[in-house]
Amino acid sequence: MKDNHVNGTKKGMSMHARRILAYIVLILVTVLCLFWFLLLFINMTRSHSDLNRGFSIVPGTYLFTNIKKLIAMGERLPILTGLWNSLLVAGLSAALCTYFSVMTAYAIHAYDFKLKKFMFTFILMIMMIPTQVTALGFIQLVSNMKLEDSFIPLIVPSIAAPVTFFYMKQYMESSLPLSLIEAARIDGSGEFRTFNSIVLPLMKPAIAVQAIFTFVSSWNNYFTPALILHEPKKRTIPILIAQLRSMDWSNLDTGAVYAMIGLSIFPVIIVYLFLSKHIVQGVAMGSVKG
Amino acid sequence: MKNTRRGKVVSYNKWGYIFLIPFVVVYLLFSFIPLVSTVYNSFFENYRSGLTQIGPNFVGLENFKAIFTSGEVWIYAKNTMIMWVLGFIPQILLSLLLGAWFSDPSLRLKCQGFFKTVIYLPNLIMASAFAMLFFTLFSDGGPINSMLIQMGILSTPFKFLSNVWSARVLVAAMNCLMWFGNTTILLMAGMMGIDTSLFEAARVDGATSTQVFFRITLPLLRPILVYVMITSLIGGLQMFDVPQILTKGSGDPMRSTMTLIMYLNKHLFSKNYGMGGALSVILFVITGILSMIVYKFSNQKESN
Amino acid sequence: MKKKVLSAMLAVAMLAGTLMACGSEPAAGGSSSTGGSSSADEGKVLNIYCWNNEFRERVVNLYPGYTKTDETHGTIGDVSVVWHETPNENNAYQNNLDETLLKQESAAADDKIDMFLVEADYALKYVDSNYTMAVTDLGITSADIANQYKYTQDVVTDSNGTLKGLSWQGCPGVLFYNREAAKEVFGTDDPATVQESVKDWATFNATAQKVSDAGYKMVASANDTFRTYSNNVTKPWVVDGKITIDDNIMNWVNDSKALVDAGYTGTHDLWSPDWSAGFFPEGKVFCYFGPAWFVNFSMSADKEGSIGYNGGWAATEGPQGFFWGGTWICAATGTDNQSLVKDIMLQMTTNQDIMTQIVTKYDDFVNNKPAMEAMAADPNYSSKVLGGQNPLAMYCAGVNGLDLSNLSKYDQGCNEEFQKAMKNYFEGNATLDEALELFYKAVVEKYPDLTY
Repeated sequence: MKDNHVNGTKKGMSMHARRILAYIVLILVTVLCLFWFLLLFINMTRSHSDLNRGFSIVPGTYLFTNIKKLIAMGERLPILTGLWNSLLVAGLSAALCTYFSVMTAYAIHAYDFKLKKFMFTFILMIMMIPTQVTALGFIQLVSNMKLEDSFIPLIVPSIAAPVTFFYMKQYMESSLPLSLIEAARIDGSGEFRTFNSIVLPLMKPAIAVQAIFTFVSSWNNYFTPALILHEPKKRTIPILIAQLRSMDWSNLDTGAVYAMIGLSIFPVIIVYLFLSKHIVQGVAMGSVKG
Repeated sequence: MKNTRRGKVVSYNKWGYIFLIPFVVVYLLFSFIPLVSTVYNSFFENYRSGLTQIGPNFVGLENFKAIFTSGEVWIYAKNTMIMWVLGFIPQILLSLLLGAWFSDPSLRLKCQGFFKTVIYLPNLIMASAFAMLFFTLFSDGGPINSMLIQMGILSTPFKFLSNVWSARVLVAAMNCLMWFGNTTILLMAGMMGIDTSLFEAARVDGATSTQVFFRITLPLLRPILVYVMITSLIGGLQMFDVPQILTKGSGDPMRSTMTLIMYLNKHLFSKNYGMGGALSVILFVITGILSMIVYKFSNQKESN
Repeated sequence: MKKKVLSAMLAVAMLAGTLMACGSEPAAGGSSSTGGSSSADEGKVLNIYCWNNEFRERVVNLYPGYTKTDETHGTIGDVSVVWHETPNENNAYQNNLDETLLKQESAAADDKIDMFLVEADYALKYVDSNYTMAVTDLGITSADIANQYKYTQDVVTDSNGTLKGLSWQGCPGVLFYNREAAKEVFGTDDPATVQESVKDWATFNATAQKVSDAGYKMVASANDTFRTYSNNVTKPWVVDGKITIDDNIMNWVNDSKALVDAGYTGTHDLWSPDWSAGFFPEGKVFCYFGPAWFVNFSMSADKEGSIGYNGGWAATEGPQGFFWGGTWICAATGTDNQSLVKDIMLQMTTNQDIMTQIVTKYDDFVNNKPAMEAMAADPNYSSKVLGGQNPLAMYCAGVNGLDLSNLSKYDQGCNEEFQKAMKNYFEGNATLDEALELFYKAVVEKYPDLTY
């Protein structure tokens, strides 16, 4: 086979060998990635005492028992409400974040104004500020605004998401020709309408990618919600997981804990599996830049 | 907000300002005000002792002095960077390799969609849940130890979390695993964006795929590499969930896995807004310096 | 910090023996007379702060006249009751409580906290402040609470000697040993004989070697014994703003270091999987320290194959008495429902009838000495987990001598940080001095007003 490769030099591996190597590495990496989910799944299917006694690779038969146990705790641990709250917060965050990030990116991309350069640099700079740095002031602010136990401080701040903005801006540079906007203007379309009916649809792939990123990070966020939400009915999934961990030992069932972790992770994964093709393509388009 | 009118001439560019309003308003309210009040707090003695509020009393730079004289912040900065580098290097290498393979049309890899989907998966798992899982796996009586003992590699369980380097490597490995898929997809996308005629030309000239990778792919990939590095650095500086859950917030052994944010969290936890504020400001400055270095570095290369 | 739990042991059997008379179901609807007669000066809303549903369930089901509206709302007479529940983890409960208490003075009457719950480790933080009311100011006399365990009152007595809270539970602890292991090591599993080998710390540590020779760990982790040492100190963690380490705490360090170095015990955190492995025979752990709720609920006694499931544990007093867990009720200063608060505290912590029902319904070990001692002497009661032993006498014995006047409001942080720091010393990652330095540093991070 090597000789068939006309232009290959001595150093070059044959295509065949490279392909095999690639598959081996990919399979290893796949195992490495899926192993944890498999373990989580196995743990979900094992009983409390089995889990306490140690690990095993063999799944148990307690999956439904564990889930039943978990749902039986519903009164004290409102999982369904929690799932709904998480869905609401993460969903709205994703929607607001993507919509307004596109808008912000569009402002910088499509218009020329005095502060354009300044704003762009400014947003890039604030991208570097770790959110935890402002956590202290954020708690004080939320408490002063009497927004504790409200979803607003969890959802609204996602409007100003520098990282998403940056991605949108990159994506626009490669996939949003300004001539298109000019054409719309000539057709007499208002700027806001142009944005909604022309720019947004063109940005769909980028929006899909960033929507799931935002959704997932909001879904997994424990730090901020734990500071703001106290009411049992307002709690999101990560808070409930932490609560489950610290519940009465008389009621602690490790199997149910794993069932809960599983229930909080697998929905995201299922959604992801449906969108994954879109996402991989979207990432591909968005990151191409000059 | 400003809404400049310019007579009858239609000025589209004012829409630039209008479209920026939501971002700016929300940013000012939920990020800028908190940031300012954090900075403001750093100049005060302001903490809670039990239920007694001490301060706020203006103390100037005392908080900063206290942090620097104890020298701890450097230790935690060092820990953070060590764990970031330990995770980032294998992550970027693996991502470059996989990205190159995925984007190489001559390799004709099958099931690409499947592999890409799978390697991105760990990024979706809750960091806290992931850390809990690792904690159980690598506990003294956990499956990793029992496997190693069964295979005869160890005679007694190895205490992964009681050894400085194994604990750090665990944190780094988790971060690497969670993020390499993301990086791979980004890099791959960047590689796909490279004009294929360049590769063809190189092949005609007799370049091996290794040469193509180092001479063409890598240089053209620099912008996206910089982007990946910047975002990873931001993430690295914010490293919190994984070591926090893995070590139960202690940063054991002897705080060798304590990151800057974990340290900040300790002060926030005790409502020490003065010290917490000062630490936030220091963190802010460190981030600023690091990003400046990265920007400068990338600009320099650009001019070459 | 792990929430404590209820005591389990008082099964129906013992009730039948001692407290047969009281079988009346509490009226959920409110057909019985209203307990706290709401006088004209009473506020319309009773706000109760808690971290879980434990106290709520007891009040909802047992307090006469409570009508449940939904999970966290109800009424007593024409006063509506609001339960403000914040989970404990990451200090969220205390954070929320602190914020609200600090605004207590300016809050509208109906928003003021009337009553809140605390745990032993941080009780003094609230008790030693003006935010809690003395129980005498509520009109509760010492005669009312004469039957309670002294330690339960020590925990909520402020630095001036004023009692500022009450509890319905007692959580005295003992040493639980593995009967199989005892037979192997001592040739018998008789509690009296075993007690001879663990009667004080010197003997306990000497025994550790014998136990180890038989292939068992003396205790699962060095942290197991910490509570027993720290409940028996002669000075508090903080004296005049300075962190001090009691001799008995240093004894724990030295004893534990020796045990760990010799391989007689581990350094696992409590509740970690490695630590709880000893609940099963394969875990090879000789003993654990704990109160009644521990052996019945936490040692996997309901799980097939565990030592507890097969009745394989036995109780003995151990080297020193201690307690673990418990919830205390405090009245918040500024409450506009004083008489109702008083009545709830009295009913829940002294009313024989209600306490008996707490025992039947929830398996609590209640804070009532005569009742518990009567059960201890009851030959009909035995614990299945403990292989048919009646351990109540031991619980009572250990806790009677317990003196908890040396608590400080910094205990929670000090206890946690001390164990964390010493782990580094035990594992050889630090010298004793380095570990102590880390402890001081960590405590000052938590309590910036302290020095060392």
